[in-house]
Amino acid sequence: MDPIKEAMLHRSKAAKLERRGRWISFTCISIIVLVVVAIFSFVATRGLATFFDNKVNLWSFLSKTTWSPAVKDAHGAPQVGALPMIVGSFGVTFLSAIVATPFAVGAAIFMTEISPQVGKRVLQPVIELLVGIPSVVYGFIGLSVVVPLIRNVFGGTGFGILAGTFVLFVMILPTVTSMTVDALSAVPRHYREASLALGGTRWQTISKVVLRAAMPGILTGVVFGMARAFGEALAVQMVIGNAALLPQNLISPASTLTSVLTSGIGNTVMGSLENNALWSLALLLLLMSLAFNLLIRWIGKKGEMK
Amino acid sequence: MKKQVITSRDVHLFYGDFEALTGIDLAFNEHEITAMIGPSGCGKSTYLRILNRMNDLIPNVKITGDIELEGKNIYAPDTDVVQLRKQVGMVFQQPNPFPFSIYDNVVYGLRLAGVKDRAQLDEAAETSLKAAAIWDEVKDKLHESALSLSGGQQQRVCIARVLAVRPEVILMDEPTSALDPISSTQIENMLLELRSQYTIILVTHNMHQASRISDKTAFFLQGRVVEFDDTKKMFLNPKEKETEDYLNGRFG
Repeated sequence: MDPIKEAMLHRSKAAKLERRGRWISFTCISIIVLVVVAIFSFVATRGLATFFDNKVNLWSFLSKTTWSPAVKDAHGAPQVGALPMIVGSFGVTFLSAIVATPFAVGAAIFMTEISPQVGKRVLQPVIELLVGIPSVVYGFIGLSVVVPLIRNVFGGTGFGILAGTFVLFVMILPTVTSMTVDALSAVPRHYREASLALGGTRWQTISKVVLRAAMPGILTGVVFGMARAFGEALAVQMVIGNAALLPQNLISPASTLTSVLTSGIGNTVMGSLENNALWSLALLLLLMSLAFNLLIRWIGKKGEMK
Repeated sequence: MKKQVITSRDVHLFYGDFEALTGIDLAFNEHEITAMIGPSGCGKSTYLRILNRMNDLIPNVKITGDIELEGKNIYAPDTDVVQLRKQVGMVFQQPNPFPFSIYDNVVYGLRLAGVKDRAQLDEAAETSLKAAAIWDEVKDKLHESALSLSGGQQQRVCIARVLAVRPEVILMDEPTSALDPISSTQIENMLLELRSQYTIILVTHNMHQASRISDKTAFFLQGRVVEFDDTKKMFLNPKEKETEDYLNGRFG
């Protein structure tokens, strides 16, 4: 047969490689998708069982303040009010983000605008080191330094949202800082030149142009930090006091969704109400991190439009 | 004899050990357009950036010589660089509007200077955009992002942004090299209009642009000025052999 015709009828080696590569990457991504779907559906079926099998009212789950799934109230309904944990989780998350953001932005401005030399050589490694410290170490330091300090200064036990905020502040600081650094260095040089050429001082240039242009990136960093704070379990559990009570102030023992989960999940029987109630908390956590993710995407999209 | 706004004597510039400018003597007359031409890397943009001290941003640069703006040495230790840059504005090669609205771009310099009065800002925005010949195209969308405009429109907004600060001198670093011919012509015509009020110093790659709009031309080659004269004289009757070769396209 004509060699050209023969070549046309057979798939070339390059085309075969192409197909194989596509097949391999498709397999990988399907496995990942499958795992995510499996986790979601598992947590969802367990978490929803509280409401469907055990007939707990969704609204009372979100708004009641008594958390003792093993005990029934006067009407025979189980007492699974998750509000104390929800308040605790959001409390430490927002407070730590509020405290960390000014420090992170300040450090990032220093590292990108004021002294990139020192920033790269000294601060960058320090921040990377902070990311690498295991959370149990943060929790341990919080337990042995922060909690006694708060006890001595403000009284009480020292455990509570304030201690949690302190520990989380240090933990999310590197995340927010390094993302802010990325956002600031992504601001094109010519914006700075244009501002300086119009008679802007360095501070005016940073505050009016660089920070403004980098705002979507900075917000993304803050939300990433919040997502990390919201999901952090161990370190928070060590310093927050683990009392499932609605926090009255920042230094009374409290709890978060994660701290109740880590301390409770080993002590319940699979399929029981106590166990299902914990899964409901886990579902709530999962939905919240989904919300944080969507928020990050939304901010990113809004930033692009400009 | 016209008034000289900027004079430079024996200006040398070093990047580390490399001498990029080797003794530049130039003087720029008030309300004239001076073009600086020359092949890539000849030092014309570097020289331009000396005049509003934009080279200060680059590490390892050393500048010697005497550059005076209205009789005051701009490299004297007591020079207020911020004030200098308000007097000597700059338009860059790539249109570089801020990612803000057109209006916010134009009044940026005034806001930096502390102007808060809305009526004053509105008026300055309108005057500057009109002077930059772009008012008619943007007057209905002043509060839309400047990045939504075309390249030529962005460059004119950038020029309006400089005009709003009311500088005495405007430096332009190849302001039309990133633009299409029609946008370039619009900007050239605008520059001819602006000449009556501003001293314009223009770096250009385009000899024809220099011959069309400039009053005087300086030809740069390898860090020195080969020839500096009235544009007409220089283009019709260059004194130096190198200038003639360059103008005839034998190199560059």
